[in-house]
Amino acid sequence: MLRTGRVSFGGIVKEANLSCVPEAKVGDYVLVHVGFAISVVDEAEAEQTLGYLRQMGQLTDGPEGGGERE
Amino acid sequence: MKFVDEFRDAAAVKEMVAAIHAAVTRPWTIMEVCGGQTHAIMKFGIDELLPPGLNLLHGPGCPVCVTPVELIDKATQIAARPGVIFCSFGDMLRVPGTGQDLFHVKANGGDIRIVYSPMDALKMARENPAREIVFFAVGFETTAPANAMAVYQAKQSGIMNFSVLVAQVLVPPALEAVLSSPENQVQAFLAAGHVCTVMGVEAYRPIADKYRVPIVVTGFEPLDILQGISMCVQQLETGRAEVENQYRRVVRPRGNTVAQALIGKVFRVIPRKWRGFGEIPQSGFGLTAEYAPYDAESKFGVAAYSAGEDGECISGQVLRGVRKPHECPAFGARCTPEHPLGATMVSSEGACAAYYRYRRHARG
Repeated sequence: MLRTGRVSFGGIVKEANLSCVPEAKVGDYVLVHVGFAISVVDEAEAEQTLGYLRQMGQLTDGPEGGGERE
Repeated sequence: MKFVDEFRDAAAVKEMVAAIHAAVTRPWTIMEVCGGQTHAIMKFGIDELLPPGLNLLHGPGCPVCVTPVELIDKATQIAARPGVIFCSFGDMLRVPGTGQDLFHVKANGGDIRIVYSPMDALKMARENPAREIVFFAVGFETTAPANAMAVYQAKQSGIMNFSVLVAQVLVPPALEAVLSSPENQVQAFLAAGHVCTVMGVEAYRPIADKYRVPIVVTGFEPLDILQGISMCVQQLETGRAEVENQYRRVVRPRGNTVAQALIGKVFRVIPRKWRGFGEIPQSGFGLTAEYAPYDAESKFGVAAYSAGEDGECISGQVLRGVRKPHECPAFGARCTPEHPLGATMVSSEGACAAYYRYRRHARG
């Protein structure tokens, strides 16, 4: 029940409790609240949302290219 | 940062804003439930990008803000005791109680420590067996797994010098309290993404049906919030009232079932008092009988204490979405984050703090 992992928060690495995300593995993006990971970010769903946004027009960069324009 | 930057893309924001402008044909009022969303809206100026008449109201989703003054008083009473180390998230220390806040207690010699996680408080209990460690377990459903785990682990490890002052509240009953009020103006909700991450979305369907309101589970980046607003507007304009999930990359329909099982072991649903609302039935968590020895209220004999809200602060009306922070005569003058009259000016998720931080120079 006390599995923990090292999570990088935009470069700052902190220990997070992983007991609520048994499916989390090294390299995953997780959502952490008060030291507890409560969700593994679903990359496919994120891409789908971005794909929908791209259909609206201007967002033509890849997922890591966002924010470069303007 | 991946999954953050792309949801702040300026060009995509413009497209989404244009889509909202094109879809809106009449005035609508949408409440964003979570204080984190309120801050994002103010920080990025999202409200100012919307068509005139599309009004955002700020909801009761700031846990520090809705904690009633009575519980702050209980906290100060416990924290002032010799032998106690009182642990809390930092925001709670400046929230005014009836007489004093936790900072005053600390200044007068109370041993109060700011912690990042309830597990830090549990660690302190292990390291200080001669002291009583009390954690102020404030939060919505999002914080419940961490608080439940701290209590669960305390019991598993036989740690008896640890207890929690529980101030756990639940979002769906608060939405019902807003909607059933005669002063209600809300026509749709952006539901709090991280609350639903834990609990899932099912609890919102009966509310959407009963009150005929669209409820869109929404994330926290500018594009998330704009997409959530756009989804609300589309429902409102076409007369639909459904639960939709904008924040699919994080929120699964059933939530986090592992976390729910943990919560179910330690907590049971009880009525709770809210700042600005009074008592709302079945609106929070208390410890189950099995974990009752970890209840700080009984351990320190403060369970029977009660106190009412007072005077000049309009935070109750702000939390109900009836008034906005800058409509308060005390805003920015007699009430600032350094010297707050009420909790909504203190918390990093409070609506008054958001207006003070991002808007106080913009208004004449």
